Amino acid sequence: MCVVALLEEPFRVGHFLPQDLKMPLCGPKCSLCGLIVSVWGIIQLSIMGGLFMWNSIGLIEDLGLEEHYDTTEELYKAADDAYSSIAYNCWIAAAIYLVTLVISMQQFHVNKQAGHFQL
Amino acid sequence: MAGFSYQRLKERGATMSEWGLFRSEEMSLCQLFLQTEAAYACVSELGELGLVQFRDLNPDVNAFQRKFVNEVRRCDEMERKLRYLEKEIKKDGIPMLDTGENPEAPQPREMIDLEATFEKLENELKEVNNNAETLKKNFLELTELKHILQKTQTFFDEEAQYHYVTHQMSEANRDDENAQLLGEDGMQAAGQSLKLGDGTQHVPDGIQQALLTSDEGDQVYKSVFIIFFQGEQLKTRVKKICEGFRATLYPCPETPPERREMKMGVMTRIEDLNTVLAQTQDHRHRVLVAAAKNIRTWFVKVRKIKAIYHTLNWFNLDVTQKCLIAECWVPSADTEAIQLALRRGSERSGSSVSPVLNSIQTREAPPTYNRTNKFTQGFQELVDAYGVASYREMNPAPYTIITFPFLFAVMFGDFGHGALMALMAAWMVWKEKPLGAKKIDNEIASIFFGGRYIILLMGLFSIYTGFIYNDIFSKSVNVLGSSWRNCFTDEEVHHHDAETLLLPPENRTCFYGTPYPFGFDPIWQISSNRVTFQNAFKMKISVLLGVLQMLFGVLLSVFNYRNFKQFSDLVTMFLPQVLFLLCLFGWLCMLCLLKWTMYSAPFEVGSGPEDAEAIRYGTHCAPSLLLIFINMFLLKDMNADAKGTGPGEKYCDGYLFDGQKGFQSFLLFVGVMCIPWMLLAKPILIWRQRRQQPHSELPETNGDVAAPAGGGGGGGHDEEEFSEVCIHQAIHTVEYVLGSVSHTASYLRLWALSLAHSQLSEVLWTMVLVRGLSMTREFWGGIVLYVIFGAWAGLTVSILIVMEGLSAFLHTLRLHWVEFQSKFYKGEGYIFAPFSFEIILREADSED
Repeated sequence: MCVVALLEEPFRVGHFLPQDLKMPLCGPKCSLCGLIVSVWGIIQLSIMGGLFMWNSIGLIEDLGLEEHYDTTEELYKAADDAYSSIAYNCWIAAAIYLVTLVISMQQFHVNKQAGHFQL
Repeated sequence: MAGFSYQRLKERGATMSEWGLFRSEEMSLCQLFLQTEAAYACVSELGELGLVQFRDLNPDVNAFQRKFVNEVRRCDEMERKLRYLEKEIKKDGIPMLDTGENPEAPQPREMIDLEATFEKLENELKEVNNNAETLKKNFLELTELKHILQKTQTFFDEEAQYHYVTHQMSEANRDDENAQLLGEDGMQAAGQSLKLGDGTQHVPDGIQQALLTSDEGDQVYKSVFIIFFQGEQLKTRVKKICEGFRATLYPCPETPPERREMKMGVMTRIEDLNTVLAQTQDHRHRVLVAAAKNIRTWFVKVRKIKAIYHTLNWFNLDVTQKCLIAECWVPSADTEAIQLALRRGSERSGSSVSPVLNSIQTREAPPTYNRTNKFTQGFQELVDAYGVASYREMNPAPYTIITFPFLFAVMFGDFGHGALMALMAAWMVWKEKPLGAKKIDNEIASIFFGGRYIILLMGLFSIYTGFIYNDIFSKSVNVLGSSWRNCFTDEEVHHHDAETLLLPPENRTCFYGTPYPFGFDPIWQISSNRVTFQNAFKMKISVLLGVLQMLFGVLLSVFNYRNFKQFSDLVTMFLPQVLFLLCLFGWLCMLCLLKWTMYSAPFEVGSGPEDAEAIRYGTHCAPSLLLIFINMFLLKDMNADAKGTGPGEKYCDGYLFDGQKGFQSFLLFVGVMCIPWMLLAKPILIWRQRRQQPHSELPETNGDVAAPAGGGGGGGHDEEEFSEVCIHQAIHTVEYVLGSVSHTASYLRLWALSLAHSQLSEVLWTMVLVRGLSMTREFWGGIVLYVIFGAWAGLTVSILIVMEGLSAFLHTLRLHWVEFQSKFYKGEGYIFAPFSFEIILREADSED
């Protein structure tokens, strides 16, 4: 059996367009998985971010508050801070998942053109 | 709805009995008389129809003695050739066209044409392959020679230079040189020098390029040696040594021009060989491509022919009338369609006599045939996996369509997980045509695909129970307005010593009085006694659902008794069973329901005598159902112990209503009386029936008929001995009575798995996702959350959906198979396996 060496096209330095990438970074399963998790992440994290922003009581145990506060105002302030910062974290994570979604979609498209999917 | 489907089915040539899926189809044993010429075509038509199950009328005949053994052998030979072709096609990587068309079984005379075609193709392919082999071997030899010549050229060029320097000294050696080249593969003695004797030199040099040996196709590295010697003796010795090392010898021309000429000759021959080789490969490729177009249809045709001849082998030949006789099981409703098919077949074969199909009486048990569509097929397979229904027994499958996903959902109840499961199944259902056409190799994936409707329903029902448990990925949602409020002021919270605050439901600022409209109140999520409260609810619900399903099972047995004309069993078996279940376990469920409805948190209640009613049915005096039930069996009075001394305690009553003690004793009496009823009624009835029957079967022994109490009951309608009847009845009674207790407890697994699922879900949220949420307040908390969310999603799918889903599936299956079906199902039938080309082809494909 012969061994054939696969020479990869070197990336062009300077401008890097997604259409140039003929060789997929990850296979069909990986891109499909990324697609599904990204969609799920975007939906769930945006909703969670909204819930945290509107001070949902059901999520109060996830804030990471202290065991003891001296006054009620301290508790309220800590809770408000926690709510808003976690909400921003959720939305930032959702944004990163949006980027992942775009990459996964592009990879999925490339894999489909390479004929890895038969559906 | 029923009328519509009946119409559709009539058009398709098949009719459904009025019981539909609730009971298996009526079958009749038919005899089929076919004229010998028409037999092949008729069987082909029946195979396409797929509604007839043939019986082997020659079971004792050896396979080699059957009538059509030659045809079967020819089919086997054709299949072998086709497989060889398929292998060659696969080796070349040519795609085999699968149009999905279903060609009909060809006529017997076409078989000869097919055989000829396959023979020709096989011979051609074999010839081409052999030629290619020989050519490749030649090519290899010539390549070797080429490399050897190249090496000698370089050697002699170097030697030439060396020659000029030392020609005086070695000129004597140069005369009469007779060099031979040898190529040696992998010689281990390359390091040592060969002692060949005087006057010989050898110069090893390796060929850098790998050569292919012709037989194994592996890469082998070869080295070139030049041996110089003088004289014939040395020549033979050198030859022998070379043969020992498996080296190939080539004669070396002495002068450079001769070497050059030889080299040119070799090069041209290599060129020629290359062209011929390429053309051979081309030819082979063309032959294979042409074959690949048709190979799928050929496979189908050959398999159909073989199946027809196999079936024909089961027929009996009636020599006098020159016709073949077959016995087959046929759904009674489909006789019209079968007659049509037979007429079509006999017309096609051009025979004058039409085939005859008439039913015969038999005492054998017919096979069980349930007409299913793509939706009901999965559920029917679930039921059949445990045991195929006896002929015309009540089929548990239609109820399973609803109860199975529902019980699964009770154990799985989470909106988020249910939604994911439903989405996945919905995708499989949406893409079911392309997925079904493509043959799935992975066995697990094909199992999931086969159960796609089951999984879809399971997911949808889990969404529903997720609403009821108010559980979305272990978090509750407050969409309908919680009925609980924080009723404590700031100072009260500050000055409170204990860790937890109790919200009393009697206080109308804490609890609004009207419960949450649908499902669990979201307040429970942040309360510390959430699990305790939910446990009580889930346990009671499990017992309620269990008793309901078991009662339904017992009621279904009525239909079985009616159908099999066992009316006495209605009184001796069904009645005591249902009374036992209702009086004892039905009463337990009743207690649960009564306690739920009759007791509530009293609002603005004092402790005076005018509030006796409210206090008695208030939170303080609610009796323990467990104690009530235990004391019912022990016949102990609940109010016998001294009451407590709390406020209003004297108004408490251990019972839910007045007269409960007497009522419970009555129920206990009825329930316990059912046990001897179940045990004795049927044997007594049979004994009396047999006593009244005339003893006609006994032989002529004059009066010496010994009839002991448990002795053989001759002449009865049953073949069973009386002692057997008694033993069977005893076993049945014990099984039922003990089974009721154990099965009712068994249904508590609904609570157990539901608890496990919700706790696992909560653990996953608090231990995994919350780490990402509250780890840091900085901006890079978002990135951490991004990573952790991915991990949480993976764990959710793998642990909570796949593992818990499979576990809940298994438990639901067990509940159906054991607890539900043991109440009415015998499951001693065998499944209807019709002669159908579709099934045969699908099996053959899956074997490939």
